[in-house]
Amino acid sequence: MVTEPDGVRAVIGVTGQFSAVDNLLTGAENLRLMADLRHLGRRAGPRRVTELLERFDLTDAADKPLSRYSGGMRRRLDLAMTLVGDPRLIFLDEPTTGLDPRSRRIVWQIIGELVADGVTIFLTTHYLDEADQLADRVAVLDRGRVVAAGTPAELKRRIRGGHIELHFADPRALREAVGLIGTVPPDHEQLALHVPGDGTVASLRRLLDQLHAAHIEVEHLSIHTPDLDDVFFAVTGHPTTEPAKPSQEALAQ
Amino acid sequence: MSGLAYTLTDSATMLRRNLKHQLRYPSLTLMLAGFPILFLLLFVYVFGGQLGAGLGVHGNPHGDRGAYLTYVVPGILTVTVASAALGTAISVAMDMTEGIIDRFRTMAIARAAVLTGHVIGSLLQTVAVLALVIGVALAIGFRPTANPLEWLAAIGILVLFAFALIWLSAALGLAARSVETASNTPMFLTLLPFLSSGFVPIATLPAGLRQFAEYQPFTPVTQTVRGLLTDTSIGTHAIGAVAWSVGIALVCYLWALRLYNRRRAADPK
Repeated sequence: MVTEPDGVRAVIGVTGQFSAVDNLLTGAENLRLMADLRHLGRRAGPRRVTELLERFDLTDAADKPLSRYSGGMRRRLDLAMTLVGDPRLIFLDEPTTGLDPRSRRIVWQIIGELVADGVTIFLTTHYLDEADQLADRVAVLDRGRVVAAGTPAELKRRIRGGHIELHFADPRALREAVGLIGTVPPDHEQLALHVPGDGTVASLRRLLDQLHAAHIEVEHLSIHTPDLDDVFFAVTGHPTTEPAKPSQEALAQ
Repeated sequence: MSGLAYTLTDSATMLRRNLKHQLRYPSLTLMLAGFPILFLLLFVYVFGGQLGAGLGVHGNPHGDRGAYLTYVVPGILTVTVASAALGTAISVAMDMTEGIIDRFRTMAIARAAVLTGHVIGSLLQTVAVLALVIGVALAIGFRPTANPLEWLAAIGILVLFAFALIWLSAALGLAARSVETASNTPMFLTLLPFLSSGFVPIATLPAGLRQFAEYQPFTPVTQTVRGLLTDTSIGTHAIGAVAWSVGIALVCYLWALRLYNRRRAADPK
């Protein structure tokens, strides 16, 4: 790293939180600039540009100046510029923050493809569902320290959590259910009851049998398995994002 | 490819980038050309009659507006060079606030390429602006005596001087904390031609100012260009012009490179 800085620079790609694009050029010109700086040559360069424009759904906007790009298009272009040099290790700093659903889906899909190609991606995100979906290994950062690390499944196993949420049509049914199960205080406003569970089918069936036997009508229910949000709250010990920006680092390879 | 070849291709890439910027947003170039043209018209048509009367050109004690035009054009050309150099500080400072510079830092790009692209881009811009100003001067009656070789030498001196001032301006643009500062700090450059032999003969200046005018770089450059274009005596001014230009260019190149390598792009937050 210290002795061969340019050797390192040649194999990595970095996409920061703020779009690193040339706002005075068009999308295609930005990509061409990257191709030239990566010394791709007269033939390979334009081909790579066309390919990336297509892959990132930017072909229609290729010749428009960036002042007419939306935030999502800009972010996609940003990532496309990172990929011009075919890096083997990519650092992505919150790649989907503030993105529209379409752009987010494209970015996720491309990250998946890159990982399938054997590229290592180092991704930081505040969206824990994103880390869950994309990462092989996750490190939870709190105030600059790694407070937990492992695969998403390992992290989820590490905490107790998961519950079944029952919703009732009227307060009477809720009262009866509380009398029957009664381990946690009910939510009277939502007419809901959170029943802790381990997420297995058997435990769910047991619960429903119990309610059925007591003739308690459940309006609808939802099952919550522990997600990385639960992990985050459990390992950081505070449920809200505090000034020392908590962040999740995810490594996909 | 060797390191030098990469430096050259990367610099050429950056130059293309800066030329695209200039062509897409020509207002800065026009503004840089407008300033010296305005001064040319102002000095010739407003002050020219009076100032010309005070000139003893070619032994003729009573000059007129035309004689002053002949006298002032080399001065205006140094104003043009100074004015065009201002643009470099602005565009460098603006570029440093852009996210793309952060990206360049993460890539294996020849270190000097970003700055070289700016400097060569500004130099070409200066040549275009000089052509425009010379065109206006010819249109309002400037009649130089220079042969093609002398023209070439005069342009060469101006380009060399421009190269020096552009590196200075690039360094000032890097040193500035904001684009606003960057557009102000090189302003003194546009003042210096007035404190040289550009607009009035140095002999008419009061002591103190006269010594300053004699020893500052705009005077030898003006005198050399004036000598080449309108056949006045050059003397040792040609050596002074080249020495000043090379010296400023070298010092400011090293300064700018140091600032660029040390500085982080302005935090967008």
